[in-house]
Amino acid sequence: MSNAPVFSINGLKATIEGKEILKGLSLEMKGGEIHAIMGPNGTGKSTLASTLMGHPKYEVTEGTVTLDGADVLEMSVDERALAGLFLAMQYPSEITGVTNADFLRSAINARRGEGNEISLIKFIRQMEGKMKELEMNTEFAHRYLNEGFSGGEKKRNEILQMMLLDPRIVILDEIDSGLDIDALRIVANGVNAMRSPDRGFLIITHYQRLLNYITPDYVHVMMQGRIVKSGGPELAERLENEGYDWVKEELGIVDETVGQGV
Amino acid sequence: MSTQTVLPVDRGAVAELSRTKQEPEWMAELRIKGLELAEALELPKLEKTRIDRWNLDSYGSYRTAAEVTHVGDLPQEAQSLFGESFANSLIIQRESGVVYSKASDEATAQGVIFMDLEQALQKHPELVQKYFMQAVEQGENRITALHSAVWNGGVFLYVPKNVQVEQPFQALFITENGAVTAPHVLIVAEANSSVTYVENVIAGNGTEQQVVNGITEVFAKSGAKVQVASIHNLPVAVTDFSYRRAVVDNDASVEFTIGEMNSGNAVSDTTALLKGNGSHSDTKVICVGTGEQKLNLTTRAVHFGKASTSEMITRAVMRDEATAIINGVTKIEKGATGANGEQTEKVLMLSPKARGDANPILLIDEDDVKAGHAASVGQVNPEQVYYLMSRGISKETAQKLIIYGFLAPVVSEIPISKLEDQLQELVERKLGQ
Repeated sequence: MSNAPVFSINGLKATIEGKEILKGLSLEMKGGEIHAIMGPNGTGKSTLASTLMGHPKYEVTEGTVTLDGADVLEMSVDERALAGLFLAMQYPSEITGVTNADFLRSAINARRGEGNEISLIKFIRQMEGKMKELEMNTEFAHRYLNEGFSGGEKKRNEILQMMLLDPRIVILDEIDSGLDIDALRIVANGVNAMRSPDRGFLIITHYQRLLNYITPDYVHVMMQGRIVKSGGPELAERLENEGYDWVKEELGIVDETVGQGV
Repeated sequence: MSTQTVLPVDRGAVAELSRTKQEPEWMAELRIKGLELAEALELPKLEKTRIDRWNLDSYGSYRTAAEVTHVGDLPQEAQSLFGESFANSLIIQRESGVVYSKASDEATAQGVIFMDLEQALQKHPELVQKYFMQAVEQGENRITALHSAVWNGGVFLYVPKNVQVEQPFQALFITENGAVTAPHVLIVAEANSSVTYVENVIAGNGTEQQVVNGITEVFAKSGAKVQVASIHNLPVAVTDFSYRRAVVDNDASVEFTIGEMNSGNAVSDTTALLKGNGSHSDTKVICVGTGEQKLNLTTRAVHFGKASTSEMITRAVMRDEATAIINGVTKIEKGATGANGEQTEKVLMLSPKARGDANPILLIDEDDVKAGHAASVGQVNPEQVYYLMSRGISKETAQKLIIYGFLAPVVSEIPISKLEDQLQELVERKLGQ
């Protein structure tokens, strides 16, 4: 039996501190698909990621988000994660005193539920196996969560979490920013290894270069808090070569951002 | 107009105690002098804490408990500190006297003296006299003076020159049945020796209003290394005073790891006097404030020696309506060139009615030094909670992880893993109330 997820966003509007950033965004994705959202700075891409995950600073004012028909917006942040949503964050938090390993085990056990906790040995074997794939030093397991990690190390740590938590819908928020070419290749390999009919990806990126390593099925351009143009991988290539001006011209957009100061 | 302080302890009882224990003359005189000083002296002046309103008088009376031979003889609370049998080197004090005292054969063979202080006063009077109340002055304030008058039981730990002892020496102080509880811990580590001492202070049966007044003095001679860990877990009705003070000679180092897990009012003052060149001290304190308790926690490093270094960390989690005044004092005396003192005080507030003040105080009389401080008072960071929740961890667990993480850098420093687990459990218990 297929377990492919269906994730739909419909007319989503969201505000931060009373200011509207998402202005009616719609997108539907299914298991096995990779969607890329591209767009200049300040068009609401990261807001979309945070809103989908349920960041407390963002308020949804209109629209729906469902995963297999279930109302995501009604769920708390942890419930969204347990339903299968995963967001690799652009700026992951640093948490003193909580080791990476303890954190990962808590996250895995939250999924498995009480009485069904993963054995320590199995956990360590899994974690170290995935760390090896990501060319991470296993010493990172015993360091405090993200504390003192370089930008690239944090991103790898996000991918490590993704691999261990086995989510159904993965959102990667600018996972490529701050990565050198080797790290980019490693992160992309990690994502490619996770491609499956049971999992959908939403890749938010500023640059096309990540898409050289992860080939998307669909490419969407975001401006003014909504998706203004969609296409296949060839759209990403054209954006890389020609920039965004032609899209603006085609659609008669003067200012692509959601407003001043964003 | 002079006012007469009415002491909570009777002169006759103190003299009688000294007589029945057949203490040397000097100790009998010291005790009486302590009482006289207590009458004349003020209470310690503490930053933003009015201790004159606290219960300061319930010292109780002298009582002797039966000897203890098995773990099963102890109150339930105390049993959990041990496995099936006692640690190799252990002193247990119940009521007003020591009920169990044993030094490991290995330590004894190395020439280490580990016995209760009352016994040491009989067997090694000169050694005790040389150090007793020399780090903490008898006449410092009314509390220290009273301690010197009424002290009982206690620990004497003497490590000869060049002797390194791996296994920790352990002590357990149980206040119960309204018995005077004023243990004095005296640690002397001769040149180039190294030693670890770990203690627990708890309450046993029938604890009502009670004052616990303890002093720990540490003398680390040249090149010696001394580690002291102390966990206090006393109930609401107990007022706890702990003065801990180390005198640190050339190239010696002293580490304090302190868990203030009391539920009642407490004053804790942990000071390193860095007398020697190249001397070092490292002090870590955690506390969890609950209920309406008031805490005044001071860490202090006084630099006299050249290139002396100190590190101090205090972390407090405050719940309910608890108040903690947290002072970090780095004092660098003239002549202590090249000294370096770092201190951090952090308070995590879990309730709008709780209060936590972090007061970093730097007093520097020398130019060629380094000193740093960081202090913060804040709540659980909502971004961190969001991050953990985004991995499926519930809000409650996320907050717990963050709070325990806040305390972890100190908890993980406890030198005995069984006690580390116990401290963790105490933290969980106090936070889970």
